[in-house]
Amino acid sequence: MADLTAHSPIEDIRSNYLEMTRRKRVYSAVMLAVFVALMVAGFKTADNRNAGSFFDGLHRLFDFPAEVLGEASQKLAEMPAHFVTFLPSLIETINIAGASTLLGAMIAIVLSLLSTRGLARWPRLIPLFRRLMDISRAIPEIVVALVLIFVLGGGPVPAMIAISLHTAGALGKLFSEVNENASLKPVEGLHSVGANWTQRMVLGVMPQVTPNYLSYALLRFEINIRASAILGFVGAGGIGYDLKNAMSWGKGQYDEAAAIFLLLFGTIVLVDQLSSALRHRLTHGAQTAPKQKEAVQ
Amino acid sequence: MTMASDPTTLKPQIDTLFLRKRLLAFGLPALILAYFTYIFVAFDMAGLSERANLDNGKTLIRDSYSYKTHVTRDNRNAAVSIAIEGERKGAYPDGEAPAWVALGEETVIDLGDGHIVTFGPKQVSYDIPGYGLVVTEPGRRGVQAQLPEGDVPEWINASKNRLAIYTDAGRLTVTRNRSEVFKYNYGWEVFFFTLDSPYHGMGLGELLSRATSGEAGAIANDFWTNKMWRHADVAWAIFETILMAFLGTFGAAMVSLPLAFLAAKNFAPLLAIRFAMRRMFDFFRGVDALIWTIVLSRAFGPGPLTGALAILITDTGSFGKMFSEALENVDDKQIEGIQSTGAKPLQRYRFGVLPQITPVLLSQVLYFLESNTRSATIIGAITGGGIGLLLTQAIITQKDWEEVSYYIVLIILMVMLMDWLSGILRRKLIKG
Repeated sequence: MADLTAHSPIEDIRSNYLEMTRRKRVYSAVMLAVFVALMVAGFKTADNRNAGSFFDGLHRLFDFPAEVLGEASQKLAEMPAHFVTFLPSLIETINIAGASTLLGAMIAIVLSLLSTRGLARWPRLIPLFRRLMDISRAIPEIVVALVLIFVLGGGPVPAMIAISLHTAGALGKLFSEVNENASLKPVEGLHSVGANWTQRMVLGVMPQVTPNYLSYALLRFEINIRASAILGFVGAGGIGYDLKNAMSWGKGQYDEAAAIFLLLFGTIVLVDQLSSALRHRLTHGAQTAPKQKEAVQ
Repeated sequence: MTMASDPTTLKPQIDTLFLRKRLLAFGLPALILAYFTYIFVAFDMAGLSERANLDNGKTLIRDSYSYKTHVTRDNRNAAVSIAIEGERKGAYPDGEAPAWVALGEETVIDLGDGHIVTFGPKQVSYDIPGYGLVVTEPGRRGVQAQLPEGDVPEWINASKNRLAIYTDAGRLTVTRNRSEVFKYNYGWEVFFFTLDSPYHGMGLGELLSRATSGEAGAIANDFWTNKMWRHADVAWAIFETILMAFLGTFGAAMVSLPLAFLAAKNFAPLLAIRFAMRRMFDFFRGVDALIWTIVLSRAFGPGPLTGALAILITDTGSFGKMFSEALENVDDKQIEGIQSTGAKPLQRYRFGVLPQITPVLLSQVLYFLESNTRSATIIGAITGGGIGLLLTQAIITQKDWEEVSYYIVLIILMVMLMDWLSGILRRKLIKG
């Protein structure tokens, strides 16, 4: 008897544990089955709605790249000339991204300061500024760009406005997360000597958050280059517009398209590398900066 | 330590620091200003006012909160037809008219504020308060407009064969064959039911009482098959867009997880494989979604599958990079623990590695799901699928601006919904 009573709790625990594991496994299996079913059904639906089906198109996947690259290699001598021809539109695309990142970041700084608890100028209006950022973040750039192209005519300005708007919302959210981690002590110190809100923000908050701001803005710049190329494709100028035109020349004329593909690819990779190197330096610079200050004090 | 340093060397140090700060404080805004000046010139913003078409903007804004009703009289056979937005789908059935139009021998159209247009058997007249009565007699000899004495105001455009009057209340155009009145009203009249539906113009209370007495199916059907607003098509398009984002995001996650193991330092001992994997991820990300979309639509044709695959390929690059970084940061102790029980490599990954990285991966994937809903809208506009396609089509027609604003609102709501949903899932899956 004594032997049994000593044995039974362990048996209980064991069976309970096994029961729990089994239940967990069943749940996981059901979740997995639902997920797989969703993926398969979704794939089939998308495949049905598509103009060409997946399995028919699969072997043609490399036809177009091969055609473009083939033509490009045939006319290799003309490539440098094409690069020079499309350089101005590439610069325009980069300028759209640069100007809209700058403009958007400037709006985002103001919006984020106005919507951070503890820093806000009008604490009651925090929800308003938050919703404003949510909405401007939710609008895809293409929507604003298409409407503005209709009103303002084609060209880089609609794209710039559209991307800045989205950037303001996206960066605003990230910036306000940075602001929340900023120390309030410098702000209070400035307040005690009679600084107004703008002075408190510029002198008390900015020095703390600038490295993080810059890092996020650089990341956004990478994203915005892609966005401005896409907007060009719907008529907002820049290299995307040239790409659309070059694509419409059709077979036998793809050397221009190939040149644009290469330019775009090269630019994106270059900017990615540059900005990640810069961001790396920024985060490391933030660690060495306090030492410098100490040395001066 | 620094306190002990000599004041004579300290002062120049501080001076240079202040100088640098002062330079930065003035130089940075100056630099930004210079860049914007360059942009102003490079983008030709001065010429913007010539290129801009503010009338387009006005039409766009007015259409987004109001609808236009056309009252048209065919001057050859005296037939009067009334249609919303001038479309046949929005036409009033014969003999029916909105309250402000009195049909009969003489059609009297009350545009409000005392503006009355009368389509008589022979004459068309417009009584404009504060100006006078304009009478025309369209026929073989032109429109023969008789205007009140005095200068012709600029909102009246009269010639031999055409008369056009633009007022705040509406617009009248008369040509030899046609007299037409446009009247703007607030709202979207046929948003719920078209005019041929028996439920058009019914209040919510009456609709509810009818729905409870067994007509719910018919009411839902009339709403769903509304020919002007095409609710069924729009709902399907939104579903398609979300489907693109869903397939693309989760497909990319599934493809990139095994590849990420090959790119992580602590799982792939061979440098060559690691290097190859990383360059492949860089390539997938570097070739932009735009280029992938173009290349894929050549192979698969336009549609949601092309969009989903474009998202899948681009995100495989992003996820591969992120996942392999997460894998490099896993704790080895747990894997060793599993290994000590005699687990095979696959079991080690399943029980030693995956539980550690799942929260990180899931939160990244869900973040991407939200931003990919936006990308799917954009890719849909290029490759022809989902709500993006509907939006571009509506913009290209350049007249259905109420639909454009409706789609924009839907897109914003859709993205916000996905944002909210992915936030909830993140919290649920990662905490619990």
